[in-house]
Amino acid sequence: MEMFSALRPQDLWFLAEAAGKTLWISTLAISSGTLLGILFGWVLSVSGRLGSMTLGAVLDVFRSIPLIIQLVLFYNLFPIIGIPLDPFTAGTIVLSIYTLSLVSNVVRSGIESVSQDLRRASRSLGMSYWQDMRHIVWPVGLRAVFPAWVGVALSVLKDSALVSVLGYVELLRASQILITRTQEPLIIMAIVGLFYFFLSYPIARAASMVEKRWQQ
Amino acid sequence: MDYNFHWQPVFRRLPELLLAALDTLQVAVLAIILGIILGLLLAVLKMNATGKLKPLNWFARSWIELARNTPVLLQLFFFGFGLGALGLHLSPFMIVLAALTFNCAGYLAENFRGGLQSIPETQLRAARSLGMSAPKAYYYILFPQVLRNVWHPLTNQIVWAVLMSSLGMLVGYQELAGSAQYFASRTYRIFEYFAVVAVIYYILVKLILALSRLVAWRIFRGQGGV
Repeated sequence: MEMFSALRPQDLWFLAEAAGKTLWISTLAISSGTLLGILFGWVLSVSGRLGSMTLGAVLDVFRSIPLIIQLVLFYNLFPIIGIPLDPFTAGTIVLSIYTLSLVSNVVRSGIESVSQDLRRASRSLGMSYWQDMRHIVWPVGLRAVFPAWVGVALSVLKDSALVSVLGYVELLRASQILITRTQEPLIIMAIVGLFYFFLSYPIARAASMVEKRWQQ
Repeated sequence: MDYNFHWQPVFRRLPELLLAALDTLQVAVLAIILGIILGLLLAVLKMNATGKLKPLNWFARSWIELARNTPVLLQLFFFGFGLGALGLHLSPFMIVLAALTFNCAGYLAENFRGGLQSIPETQLRAARSLGMSAPKAYYYILFPQVLRNVWHPLTNQIVWAVLMSSLGMLVGYQELAGSAQYFASRTYRIFEYFAVVAVIYYILVKLILALSRLVAWRIFRGQGGV
């Protein structure tokens, strides 16, 4: 293996592939975390004080401990109980739970933002509980908390960089490998920064366009 | 399961870990104070796009978008290895402080902008027409309302800064997470050290939230709370 060689065109491919991995692990975490987060958020919204003292308190732990500590703990726990996990699996699980803890909070406040009067009105029109949920609470609540959800998704996309600590070669880890080989930190960081920017910025713009359309 | 947990070495290091928690708080609080000052400046610059302020407006926009759309870890490495390549070698503490400040300023700028824009301009004009000087009008009319609007996001940002400072362990800064890593590497008790440190972070976060609620209750009393 050669050391200290200049940046080559195929290195861009290496980075692009790693960006694909960043996108993949984030997509997995955001989609599973969101699905479970909707379920847990609903449970929190109907279970009242008991729910927030049990489930809510547990979910809150994942928001009150640095993600990097969660990753290290989780990754080191599984060999102890006899099931060694690879960095990708451990990273995906931790990121998903982290997303779930954030999304459940967003969903709960979304459901609670829909006024009781509106819901009573829909029930008195003969809608069932689930019809009320599907046709009233979902669309109204979604508009209220959509920006918050996009914020969660974008922060998970960027926080996925922390999985590099476990040794998974996503975008940030790839950049470090290239920096070690080429000794060109500035240009590589600029390129990687652009990669992240072009993953994150379009989503942020698209989301704010959707919001504007809803406001009309 | 043939692993035996050893908590004793960790508890022996507890005083050192608690001191390291103070380092965590210190770097986070400094970053927030600098972040508030720079964030206010960035917010004002972003809202003014005319005349001579045009280049500064562009600068503020780039700062905000870069801080918000790239990972903190990349920003941290930039202030570490990136500046190092330019011959500017910051101490681990300065690397963490610079990266956290850069990040917090970007996020806070957007919060402040939202807080400022939510106050109708007519209020300031009304205050001025009642004979208040501009600084007085800003201090008595604008500031209390903006403070109330941004209290929640500001509290969240402080919590974030504490949590993010744990990345200091990746650039050799021995705050809470960094110390845990240091001790863990000498004893191979990685899980035990990080578990104890996780508890300390949790307590820190809860203390900050409680303090924020207490201060909010004191200063926003009679205004319908935050």
